[in-house]
Amino acid sequence: MSPRAASRLESIGFEQVYDYVAGKADWGSAGLPLEGQNGSETRASAHVREDVPTCRLDDRLHDVCEQLDESGWDTCFVVDDQRVVLGRIGRRAIRGRADVSAEQGMTSGPSTIRPSARLHDVVERMRRQNLTNLPVTTSEGQLVGLLLREDAERAVADAERTR
Amino acid sequence: MPTAVDRARLRQLLREDAQLVEVLPRAEYRDEHLRGAINIPLKELDAKTTRQLKRTQPVVVYCHDYT
Repeated sequence: MSPRAASRLESIGFEQVYDYVAGKADWGSAGLPLEGQNGSETRASAHVREDVPTCRLDDRLHDVCEQLDESGWDTCFVVDDQRVVLGRIGRRAIRGRADVSAEQGMTSGPSTIRPSARLHDVVERMRRQNLTNLPVTTSEGQLVGLLLREDAERAVADAERTR
Repeated sequence: MPTAVDRARLRQLLREDAQLVEVLPRAEYRDEHLRGAINIPLKELDAKTTRQLKRTQPVVVYCHDYT
């Protein structure tokens, strides 16, 4: 649709016309703000915990666990230089504290959601799959943070109360 | 011919005071839109409805995605 609109604008006489072809789906999936009745406040991006711990592939699992003990978190995401999610250190690996690298201790390819995911849909999925949280990544795979089910459920309940 | 831009280039254009136009129907614009965007649905795009746009500044159009 937007290519036709761009061409139409040129036919009207506009000379500097650009077409953001990936559109608002791309904008929202990068965690950038959207306004409107179902804008960013109703999306995962507004409620994500951005302070979730991260580590690198070659970090030692034991060191990662010690840092987690101090932070109070019970999970950690293994990311690369661009903050792209490579894996997740889960509770089982943390309990085991094996003398291995994060790469050896992680679960590869964790399931993720986009920042633009609608909270209502995410809560339904979390309940259906019995999930307590879901990592939020951009469309390029970069970690935004962790969405906790309790935060998402609270936000949905608040929205329904004010409707 | 209009120039296709990605997200990074769009952000740069917005810093340069580009005008942003969502060309989807009104209901979809009301549902969600980029901050600062105005709505001129494709079916209403003509010389009259575009009078609100400055011809001396860049104009960026967008819809939902590639479709």
